[in-house]
Amino acid sequence: MLRPAAIDVTDLSVLFPLYHANSRSLKKTVLAVASGRFARDQQNRVVVQALRNVSFNLRSGERIGLVGANGAGKTTLLRTLAGIYEPVAGLMRVQGSLNALLDPQLGMNMELTGRENIMLRGLYSGLPRSELARLEQDVHEFAGLGDFMDLPVRIYSSGMVVRLGFALATAIRPQILLMDEWFLAGDADFLEKARTRLEEMVRGAEILVLSTHQESIVQEWCTRVIWLDQGEVRADGGPDEVLEQYLGHPVERPLAATV
Amino acid sequence: MSVVAPDRLHPATADMTFEIRPGLAMGERARFAAQDILDGLRLWRLGWTLGWLDIRLRYRGSLLGPFWLTLSTAVMIGSLGFLYAALFNMDLRVYLPFIALSQVLWTFIAGIVSDGCTCFTQSEGTIRSVRLPLFLHVLRTVVRNVLTLAHNVVVIAVVFVLLSINPGWTGLWAVPGLLVWLVASVAVCLPLGAICARFRDIPPIIGSVMQIAFFVTPVIWLPSQLGAREHWMLFNPFFDLLEIVREPLLGASAGAHVWGAALAITVVLCAGSLALFARVRGRIAFWI
Repeated sequence: MLRPAAIDVTDLSVLFPLYHANSRSLKKTVLAVASGRFARDQQNRVVVQALRNVSFNLRSGERIGLVGANGAGKTTLLRTLAGIYEPVAGLMRVQGSLNALLDPQLGMNMELTGRENIMLRGLYSGLPRSELARLEQDVHEFAGLGDFMDLPVRIYSSGMVVRLGFALATAIRPQILLMDEWFLAGDADFLEKARTRLEEMVRGAEILVLSTHQESIVQEWCTRVIWLDQGEVRADGGPDEVLEQYLGHPVERPLAATV
Repeated sequence: MSVVAPDRLHPATADMTFEIRPGLAMGERARFAAQDILDGLRLWRLGWTLGWLDIRLRYRGSLLGPFWLTLSTAVMIGSLGFLYAALFNMDLRVYLPFIALSQVLWTFIAGIVSDGCTCFTQSEGTIRSVRLPLFLHVLRTVVRNVLTLAHNVVVIAVVFVLLSINPGWTGLWAVPGLLVWLVASVAVCLPLGAICARFRDIPPIIGSVMQIAFFVTPVIWLPSQLGAREHWMLFNPFFDLLEIVREPLLGASAGAHVWGAALAITVVLCAGSLALFARVRGRIAFWI
């Protein structure tokens, strides 16, 4: 039996070096977003302190909504929890299998066929060969690509790419699910089908960390909200209480969750 | 519309736990780097698939597929062989096997160096979306180049059969030579990939260095043409590495000096590569 999932984060800080910030527009964007967070490190590099002394403990059963303005560090925190970015200070311990739905393309190779992308995704996730056929069948059924399975993803319509990406991302069921709100966007026709599958996955996951802007989603799915502001935890608590502080006005509870 | 039942979804396959903390002490950093390399080696199957897909992709939709590599190498060697045999006043039977071997082996060396520069930047999407050992991308690059080499070896075989050349048992010395190459390839790709991810103007510099190296290394010309100054070539690392595989296949022995130099270069490469990787491993995801 698997051990229960858990995430412990203590005094986590992540520095983002800006090596390729020659483009003025990028510089301006970052400046606007990260005002006051610029620093120069010992080697005189421009760095942004994307996360500052972030601490929290997540236990099995918790559903966390990450709220905050653009550039507050939500995606950086998700990437750090996924083990992609390494912190410069602090300690992080993640127990349990993890799946991060961050990038719409999820490392998909546009030149490869749908079938090959499915196989690669399975291998990336460490599935044994015997599981790959099942994965392929599952994704094939959900994405409904038909004969396009054996054609390069490059020629797919954008809707097909989204369906394939979504089917792939949700095919492997983790204990810990990290999700960017991109996964909740999509065309209406697909959305209904997607939601059912996503909800199954969310219910199956022991810990959910969801980065979002939409309060309705937080209210519907989350049991706890962490408000990130300029890389720091500004508030951490129950959804209503934190959302109220974040939005600056009382939250209206919808009468029934409208899915 | 059918909805996939929960049990059809793939369950977590293994109990996974990871702990991340900034390794600031050198020993700790070295341990994390070693862990990354070990984890990467365990994923050799995935590395193999990725490298193989790279090759297949490059030639997808073409009639000959990857055998375009073989064909273009054959044409190259044929034309170089006839031209330079005439220029150097040499017997084609002596020169053609030499140029076939040199050209194919050099293609591998040059390929490793230039692909090594992009081994991390090329996998940007994957590195930023899935937690995987960085070493996997190095493996992929080496696999891709080994497969290219395997396609080109056909040309050498054809030349050797046509001219009925048999290197004899000495030829087996090429096997340890190739093993050294494998280790050296990994040790070249790892630091090059990291440096080139950080400094984007390095690849063009490496490109010109390799072009110079091609001309100052006996690839087209024979080392014996240097006459008494041949031993100076020992100081050319490309020469030493080339010789440990080429000489045995030409039926001669590479000699203790060349072997010593080649092994020394490989050890230095490995040490440097490990030291650099230990230092920058945690930053690569930010650089790409």
